Amino acid sequence: MSTLSDQIKQVIETEPVAVFIKGTPDAPACGNSLRALQALWQSGAPITAVDILPDARIRQELTALSEWPTIPQVFVKGELIGGADITEELNASGELRQKLDEALGVEREQVVRTVELALPAA
Amino acid sequence: MATETIRLQLQQAFPGADVSVDDRTGGGDHFQVTVVSSSFDGLSLIEQHKLVNAALAGLLADGTIHELRIRTKGTA
Repeated sequence: MSTLSDQIKQVIETEPVAVFIKGTPDAPACGNSLRALQALWQSGAPITAVDILPDARIRQELTALSEWPTIPQVFVKGELIGGADITEELNASGELRQKLDEALGVEREQVVRTVELALPAA
Repeated sequence: MATETIRLQLQQAFPGADVSVDDRTGGGDHFQVTVVSSSFDGLSLIEQHKLVNAALAGLLADGTIHELRIRTKGTA
């Protein structure tokens, strides 16, 4: 089984838009995760969500990779865009949609999915 | 008061910056900070926010700040 860090890297690098949140898109467990999801959705982003709550190591490994201390974290095509504040700001200004159009094309399917990481034994 | 500590640390990190700190919930651990500084000129938003997070790293790590909302602007 690949390490947690490798799995996280894989999600970031292969998913068009990856967002690491507390909870799930159906039931976000934090207002900031919800803000990021709403901003992404309004800008027409497909969303691949990873819940960081099942194990504290997910957040540790993610932050070690991204050098970003807080949750949520939004990545477009492997690039860290920011947390809830930046995602909202870029949605409001139209820059997020523009970025998504450039990165993923204007004709994109807007689907929401979740990825569960395989947790190594503690 | 955490609000004052945050303001001081931001002013030290970004000399001459226009800094405002708002205790969003009145509970003393959810903050909105706004920093307008020439340090941000030419930087992307993510780079600007990373500088703010770094300036407050200690307060974020020890739990003084439970939630931080950031707004940054350059002066150019």
